Amino acid sequence: MAKFLELDKGTEAGIRELLGQSLRNGQVKAVFALRRTTNGAVNYSLITDPQMMEEAVPLFPSMPSNAGQLLSRLTLKGPVEGPVAVVVRPCELRALVELVKREQGSLEGFLFISFTCPGVYPLKASANGEIEGKQTQYWEAVKSGKVVPEIRPTCRACEHFIPYNADITISLVGNKDVDKRCILFLNTAKGAELVKGVGGKLSEGELETAELHAHREERLAEKKSLYDQGQLSGLGMDGLIEIFSRCIGCRGCRSACPICYCNLCTFDSFDYEYEPSTYEEELKKRGGVRIPPNTIFYHLGRLTHVGISCVGCGSCTDVCPVDIPLSAIFLQVGEAVQKIFDYIPGKDVEEDVPLATFEEVELTEIEE
Amino acid sequence: MADKEYNPKIVGFLCNWCSYAGADLAGSSKLKMPPAISSIRVMCSSRVDPVLIVTAFLRGADGVLVAGCHPGDCHYEKGNYYARRRFALLRKVMETLDLEPERFRLSWISASEGPRFKEVVTEFTEHIKGLGPNPVKEKTSL
Ligand code: SF4
Ligand code: SF4
Repeated sequence: MAKFLELDKGTEAGIRELLGQSLRNGQVKAVFALRRTTNGAVNYSLITDPQMMEEAVPLFPSMPSNAGQLLSRLTLKGPVEGPVAVVVRPCELRALVELVKREQGSLEGFLFISFTCPGVYPLKASANGEIEGKQTQYWEAVKSGKVVPEIRPTCRACEHFIPYNADITISLVGNKDVDKRCILFLNTAKGAELVKGVGGKLSEGELETAELHAHREERLAEKKSLYDQGQLSGLGMDGLIEIFSRCIGCRGCRSACPICYCNLCTFDSFDYEYEPSTYEEELKKRGGVRIPPNTIFYHLGRLTHVGISCVGCGSCTDVCPVDIPLSAIFLQVGEAVQKIFDYIPGKDVEEDVPLATFEEVELTEIEE
Repeated sequence: MADKEYNPKIVGFLCNWCSYAGADLAGSSKLKMPPAISSIRVMCSSRVDPVLIVTAFLRGADGVLVAGCHPGDCHYEKGNYYARRRFALLRKVMETLDLEPERFRLSWISASEGPRFKEVVTEFTEHIKGLGPNPVKEKTSL
């Protein structure tokens, strides 16, 4: 049985109050969460002024960028002087863990609050203010334990919606009273310490109820249909060319991807620019080449580089100006390579990235 | 017959310490083998980023062979263990997207295994001949 605290108020209000109080009494130095700025935009912010917690919207169904990327940047030159309470989605926490494994940041000083995640709307919906109008429908679906309509395709298909490594897990999916009661599962001593003094009722129970299991089944079914739609098996080079024929090479997918962390990307390297003689050679072979060359190369390269750690957050698809279903491809290829090593990215910070370790006897089937 | 004429192009990434020396031995022992391989000497099989293999295929190689020291014999102790994981990953990516993973081969060949080098090259060349030319060669919209 797990311990949980029940506060007699709506979930978001409860979180806001808990964090506001923790700032006031000095239990945390800062809060990192989504915040609605004065012009109505929702962005991640670091907050130290308890008053400003009024602007926090930690459960707002949008992911302006994967927070794993932001927290890695925040701690790239050294850990925060904590404690800093962080409210992020499960895939954001997983991305951060993957980055920390690659020495791109630190978990030190953070107190992680996450939730059973109902998913986020595509960024395009936030650009024109549509999300506001969808809030009622969103929370009704959350209460019913159903997959929320119109969220990112990868969110619909996400089976890792219960956070790993959270000190506190907020119950959202299937919580019928999400607007009346705030339920906080206290997973660690740190988490339990934070809620001391906010009142409420401590009880014991299970986070993973039958409803949540049913919800997972629904998401797995969504994943299957996403994969079926993607039709990667039998795709081949022609299929790949077709999918990426409209790619304009903006590299937005790479910038939005939390796992792509290199400052200097190999695919922008001068080494991959063709020599005049290379063009000659290629033209001799083919009679015509796409300019610039290397579109398929870039995407295959990125698949081999980040596939092992792809958390399926969907940020890449979301920023693509020509609507290439990138995350569906990355999710499926990613899952296939992760399975070789029985690896769930971002689950356990102690577990090495599979490419950074080995077993002496393994994979003999790939040698000939 | 045109088929008989077909000489596949295979790019071979050979580790300096084992497989390249093995190739050398095969050569100096005058072992006969098909002239399909263009060898690229690398210091270790783990030096071969999957991206290099992808490059070879996209630029039209019919086959790619990566050869290094037998597991346990790496000059740098552990390089080939890491390499093996990387290539398992690449294979899987190719498999999932149906990109003819069978055009890629990983083999361990030591410095003293000249005959094995010959065998691997002969076998792989035959195998690639069976598959025919890499269709990617003709694509104009990569
Ligand atoms: S590849 Fe796409 S889905 Fe995967 S982690 Fe990067 S942005 Fe997220
Ligand atoms: S975001 Fe879309 S258009 Fe831009 S590089 Fe990625 S796939 Fe191509």
